[in-house]
Amino acid sequence: MTENTGQASAVSTGMATGHLLQPGVLDTSHGVVLYMEEITVSFDGFRALNKLSLSIDVGELRCIIGPNGAGKTTLQDVITGKTRPDSGSVYFGQTLNCAKMTEPEIAHAGIGRKFQKPTVFENHTVFENLELAIKADKGVWNSLFGKMTGQQHDRISEILETINLKALYHTRSGLLSHGQKQWLEIGMLLAQEPRLLLLDEPVAGMTDHETERTAELLNSLAGKHSLMVVEHDMDFVNSIARKVTVLHQGSVLAEGTMDQVQNNEQVIEVYLGR
Amino acid sequence: MKLTSLSGLYDSKSWMYLALATFVLCIVIPASNMLLPSTSILHISDYSVSLSGKILCYAIVALAIDLVWGYTGILSLGHGVFFALGGYAFGMYLMRQIGTDGSYHSNLPDFMVFLDWKKFPWYWQFTDHFWYAMLLVVLVPGVLAFIFGYFAFRSRIKGVYFSIITQAMTYAFMLLFFRNETGFGGNNGFTDFKRLLGINVTTPQMRMVLFVITGLTLISLLLVSRAIVSSKFGRVLTAIRDAESRLMFSGYNPLHYKLAIWTFSAMVCGIAGALYVPQVGIINPSEMSPGNSIEIAIWAAVGGRGTLIGPLIGAGVVNGLKSYFTEAFPEYWLYFLGLIFILSTLYLPHGVVGLINKIKAKKLAKSATSASASVPSEPA
Repeated sequence: MTENTGQASAVSTGMATGHLLQPGVLDTSHGVVLYMEEITVSFDGFRALNKLSLSIDVGELRCIIGPNGAGKTTLQDVITGKTRPDSGSVYFGQTLNCAKMTEPEIAHAGIGRKFQKPTVFENHTVFENLELAIKADKGVWNSLFGKMTGQQHDRISEILETINLKALYHTRSGLLSHGQKQWLEIGMLLAQEPRLLLLDEPVAGMTDHETERTAELLNSLAGKHSLMVVEHDMDFVNSIARKVTVLHQGSVLAEGTMDQVQNNEQVIEVYLGR
Repeated sequence: MKLTSLSGLYDSKSWMYLALATFVLCIVIPASNMLLPSTSILHISDYSVSLSGKILCYAIVALAIDLVWGYTGILSLGHGVFFALGGYAFGMYLMRQIGTDGSYHSNLPDFMVFLDWKKFPWYWQFTDHFWYAMLLVVLVPGVLAFIFGYFAFRSRIKGVYFSIITQAMTYAFMLLFFRNETGFGGNNGFTDFKRLLGINVTTPQMRMVLFVITGLTLISLLLVSRAIVSSKFGRVLTAIRDAESRLMFSGYNPLHYKLAIWTFSAMVCGIAGALYVPQVGIINPSEMSPGNSIEIAIWAAVGGRGTLIGPLIGAGVVNGLKSYFTEAFPEYWLYFLGLIFILSTLYLPHGVVGLINKIKAKKLAKSATSASASVPSEPA
């Protein structure tokens, strides 16, 4: 054995494509962007997540539904590093172990998150919100002395168009309506150029028209990005869902197309209540 | 459409005010104090100059606290310790400059002779060099702030808990400096300074030079701070204040940002302390008392947080009142300070600057409505 092969085995060889796995670099060559295995999280004895296993494919749009307290928000907390699981593993691609990374590291690696309550920087203008979110070197030095590139300018302009806030780009975001804030936050996610977007109730508080437009937007994002959408609004879920996961008491109760899930006996019993 | 962010350094009107302030500080006040006879109404007395010099130092501290409190949302109730450490660092140099002119005619400062010490402790080494002392003035508060901030921010200590720890820190340092064995003169601290760079420090001319340097330092630090808060860095700071978790999930590490501005703020306080000591002629551990640090926060609150200029005004107003009150009704000053704080939180949540902006906005709205009212009366 030469020294070279010793090194190669230390890094381990990717089986499917035969390429080397590089630690610290996102690798989705198996077609899966997120693996969660046997995740358990308890708060003071209460099991918010109970041996939950879930995986999301590249380009997939997955809806997560479930009654209150099913663990939907905790699930997103675990993925983004806000909550550490008691046991189990979370992998972003094949190489990045989310359980060992901080929130900014995970965000930087390519997971974006929209909170349940729309959270934007209220004292900044719409433009400045996107400026802060845009993919760039987010270190202290660059923030002090760096300049925005023309490309980043174009990107922000494009996003303003997508989220329909171009006319309001100089408005302080605290003055926006609830639905507009939701959109701005989605726009901020897009600016981050994430591989996986986690959206917690993206249409809460939106008018029917806004909801429709959001559904269109999310549908157009799927494919390019992977999305995980937590939502209560069943009509909305129906309009975007390809695959639905039902959570109940911290575990996956059922998974499948909307039709399959809606006809599942257990799901009807605990959630749909028919 | 060209998309830009709104913030520039200053508009032309503000630049004019700034130039005017510089002119008053560097030309008008020195001229009036040194050239006009003391009988003239326009004469500014030596007392007023030294009082204003002191207030300018306080204004620098107020500026420093606005960066961390007003912009980043971190309320420090321990900034007095950074101010005092800067003062002590420069005080060491001033003590060395006394030379053998002390009461004991020794090479050592009087308090060391009194303790029967035979030589300078190791940390007094090189303090007879001016540039080394200048370095200590920023490094000592900077290093302390960095270490303290690193552990506090890494543990995500926030809000009132952070404020309480800063109070404890300044109190601990006060107790440390009260001890004679610490080697900083115990409760008497440093005083009886004779020279600075070999020049007599007590003359009116020297006092005027120190006053002008303090004024120029304040204005340059104001410009630097303005550049900081109007950069993207500054917008990240405000974002930390308003929605820290959103910022983290956008890929920023708040620890680095907080640590950077916190350390910078402490260094600025150190500079203020160094300018303060030769003008006031004394530095002792009471500068580190918890009450002093709380007073600093009150200056910022009264003037208007997150405006940079507001805390400067606050430092001036509160200290102006203080110097009047401590003369007229010495025992009531603390009650009055408490009253100012309560009244300003109740009625001026955005401080003096907030009030000014409100009046301006009202005037603007009035002139707008009167203008629109006058439109229909015009012949078509």
